[in-house]
Amino acid sequence: MGIKALDYESLNENVKKVQYAVRGELYLRASELQKEGKKDVSLYDFLESTSVLGEHVVALCQAPFLLDDPNVGLLFPADAIARAKHYLSLTSGGLGAYSDSRGIPGIRKEVAEFIERRDGYPSDPELIYLTDGASKGVMQTLNCIIRGEGDGILVPVPQYPLYSATISLLGGSLVPYYLEETANWGLDINDLRQSVAQARMKGITVRAMVIINPGNPTGQCLSEANLREILTFCYQENLVLLGDEVYQQNVYQDERPFISSRKVLMDMGPPISKEVQLISFHTVSKGYWGECGQRGGYFEMTNIPPQTVDEIYKIASIALSPNVPAQIFMGLMVNPLKPGDISYQQFLRERKKGFHFSVIGDTAHREVHNKGILESLRRRARIMTDGFNSCKNVVCNFTEGAMYSFPQIRLPPKAIEAAKKAGKVPDVFYCLKLLEATGISTVPGSGFGQKEGVFHLRTTILPAEEDMPAIMSSFKKFNDEFMEQYEDNWNHSRM
Amino acid sequence: MAPPVTVDTINPKVLECEYAVRGEIVTLAQNLQQEIQKKPDAHPFEEILYCNIGNPQSLGQQPITFFREVLALCDHPSILDKSETQGLFSADSIERAWQILDQIPGRATGAYSHSQGIKGLRDTIAAGIEARDGFPADPNDIFLTDGASPAVHMMMQLLIRSEKDGILCPIPQYPLYSASIALHGGTLVPYYLDEATGWGLEVSELKKQLETAKSKGITVRALVVINPGNPTGQVLAEENQRDIVEFCKQEGLVLLADEVYQENVYVPEKKFHSFKKVSRSMGYGEKDISLVSFQSVSKGYYGECGKRGGYMEVTGFAADVREQIYKVASVNLCSNISGQILASLVMSPPKVGDESYESYSAERDGILSSLARRAKTLEDAFNKLEGVTCNKAEGAMYLFPRICLPEKAIKAAEAAKTAPDAFYCRRLLTATGIVFVPGSGFGQVPGTWHFRCTILPQEDKIPEIVTRLTEFHQSFMDEYRD
Repeated sequence: MGIKALDYESLNENVKKVQYAVRGELYLRASELQKEGKKDVSLYDFLESTSVLGEHVVALCQAPFLLDDPNVGLLFPADAIARAKHYLSLTSGGLGAYSDSRGIPGIRKEVAEFIERRDGYPSDPELIYLTDGASKGVMQTLNCIIRGEGDGILVPVPQYPLYSATISLLGGSLVPYYLEETANWGLDINDLRQSVAQARMKGITVRAMVIINPGNPTGQCLSEANLREILTFCYQENLVLLGDEVYQQNVYQDERPFISSRKVLMDMGPPISKEVQLISFHTVSKGYWGECGQRGGYFEMTNIPPQTVDEIYKIASIALSPNVPAQIFMGLMVNPLKPGDISYQQFLRERKKGFHFSVIGDTAHREVHNKGILESLRRRARIMTDGFNSCKNVVCNFTEGAMYSFPQIRLPPKAIEAAKKAGKVPDVFYCLKLLEATGISTVPGSGFGQKEGVFHLRTTILPAEEDMPAIMSSFKKFNDEFMEQYEDNWNHSRM
Repeated sequence: MAPPVTVDTINPKVLECEYAVRGEIVTLAQNLQQEIQKKPDAHPFEEILYCNIGNPQSLGQQPITFFREVLALCDHPSILDKSETQGLFSADSIERAWQILDQIPGRATGAYSHSQGIKGLRDTIAAGIEARDGFPADPNDIFLTDGASPAVHMMMQLLIRSEKDGILCPIPQYPLYSASIALHGGTLVPYYLDEATGWGLEVSELKKQLETAKSKGITVRALVVINPGNPTGQVLAEENQRDIVEFCKQEGLVLLADEVYQENVYVPEKKFHSFKKVSRSMGYGEKDISLVSFQSVSKGYYGECGKRGGYMEVTGFAADVREQIYKVASVNLCSNISGQILASLVMSPPKVGDESYESYSAERDGILSSLARRAKTLEDAFNKLEGVTCNKAEGAMYLFPRICLPEKAIKAAEAAKTAPDAFYCRRLLTATGIVFVPGSGFGQVPGTWHFRCTILPQEDKIPEIVTRLTEFHQSFMDEYRD
């Protein structure tokens, strides 16, 4: 019997080339240690779920018999009941039926209204497709764009490895443009031009540009001027702009609030507003909702020709439909509880009367509390940045947005040698040692891309605020001892 | 300068693939529906009757109460402690919800899970597989996915390196297979099911097609078997399945067993046997055959299409390949948690003695017996139509009648630049509001014409469908009879 179909040698090469460090070696090692009962300080993405309204509403939609029961008000607030009825009325058969392959029309309309409120420009629900997480939308889109290895996609370095993995799987070419660490992970148009020129010299047709705003893992928020430059660049170079904006609600400084690519596109007026092709991505997994497990997301198309939209629809239809509960979460996310809502009023009334309400007030209380989450994340971003900067040979840019900290670890040559001996990439070596010593699990910077010889790691800023000081001090102890152990006096890795 | 993403410049594989289940006819139906909503007498019918897609709950099938109870409690765990909850939910659904939540790290139902799915749920599914088959299943072989379809895509991605790689697919087939093979740049190698023998699958046909493909320089990598069949509905006899397993073993093919209709069997003389059970009972283990089984929460008696839940069980390949599958799964992080929970419930429903067992089994049996009745009613109705023959639907959710179209009709179709079965379906739609999917969307022996009709409209709608269809067919044949 010769080589079988599913022997390693005969697998699709593109699959073998893929890397996705977020769930790679460090994650697997951390899981092993966890099983062994070791302490786990997961600096992974786990945001305490704050969307209690979402929970209420989807629970009612799952079990509509509850809505018929006279006692339902004892367990669920009035506005959750109202919203559940509303969303059920938008489905054609409840949560258990495939919806329109693009997503429930009524919910896409709510998303369009959200976009219009956010940007001040009308948005067309027919050009908004709900997906099982933003990742699926990214994959679908890149699948349409990449014809072969001759097609290049501009991707920031460092980047969220969904992009590199997907481009690999689809057999395309990743054209990197480097973000400048010394300039707060800033983007330089000249670097972009150079990257494109180099790619073209190699015979690559550069087709699209990815921006992640706010950035992952780097957290930087693009300024309006930046976005204008980028859009002009895409116009000049004939590129589709893929705007990954999943962290748009996670912004921790005031100088550069989030502005959508679409808003800037529209602000710039014709010809750019009419010509540049743009696909924008959003999700229920981030923000202060953090409903990662639901797998809810959408993409919005701007200036994509109708025939192309038809093809994209066709691909979406093969997957039948995005999951319906997450579509409802999306509707709720784009329509958060407002001061006018029943539950909010009730909350204020009851609070005056001094009642203790464990159920009715929860929703409103929580929505107000959600804003507190963002403020807490801002503080946590600061604690982590300062904590890393206080460590030997560690330099860390401030987390302007998103959910991560991406400190640079200046590894001494001896450490790099030790890594080589152990058969590990240097930052993987460091991160494994950190994990074994402290239980802190991180993702090595090599998983995201970095300049040659420069090393980083990615942590989240999500551990509880009260746990942060202990975590940072544990890290510092490990790091400073590690540096002591491996340091030369006259030479160490530098930017 | 032409914009970068136009129909001329998108990935040609996207252009090439087709998916008729939500194709042209359905788009037309949706337009007609909108017209009726605006102007109720715009057409000679009051409503569109969607018989195109296996989407039971969109046509009024009720979900299984126990499953929804558990899901609601898992979605909103804070009510589990409250006394009012005891009055609204069955005791065993509350108990099951507690059990499931304990399996989720930190009870964080909002968090990404392990990329193969929550371990405790995979344990439950493995136990369910073992109870079903009598042979053990390993939770590490299970990958929970957003419906069975993404799992199929994953396998195609792994197996297809270029257009020189072929995948044997039944004709007729569910067009996910043809579409995903096209998208991944492979070659579909057809094997024909035999309509004359109830859509029988002959190993001699498999061998013949394999040889033909090899002679064209194609490396055939896998065999897709859909059991029970879609659109054809046949349930394989166990002996047949043994021959298929033997064939795959000898030829070194991966057996891709689409078993999403495993709970939809309507005839007493047939039973569902999983290919895993058949292989193991032949004494074949991990070293003998590579087998991937697909299951879904969308079908059966549960019909939870909108949840997007499913899994593949992958057995018989080396650890380094399993790592690659894990890696691909991880890029999408994980499948939706609610769907994962539902998959575990489907594979471990209430048992005799559980509080909910009686109501659960009544619901289940009610749905399955109704499906069986509808299958028979529609089969008989089709067989009464002039020029139409229809095999029995032994399982699944569809009928796939063959229609012998008169020459005149075929010519009219050609003139309209449409396939003859699409021409018929379009005329049927505009005259009656009934939506079938043309057989050309599934594949058929060249020169034969079919259409696929689901058995899902509620029982009280079936007489109307039969009447309208019969009247239309009569007048169509009157118009085009040779």
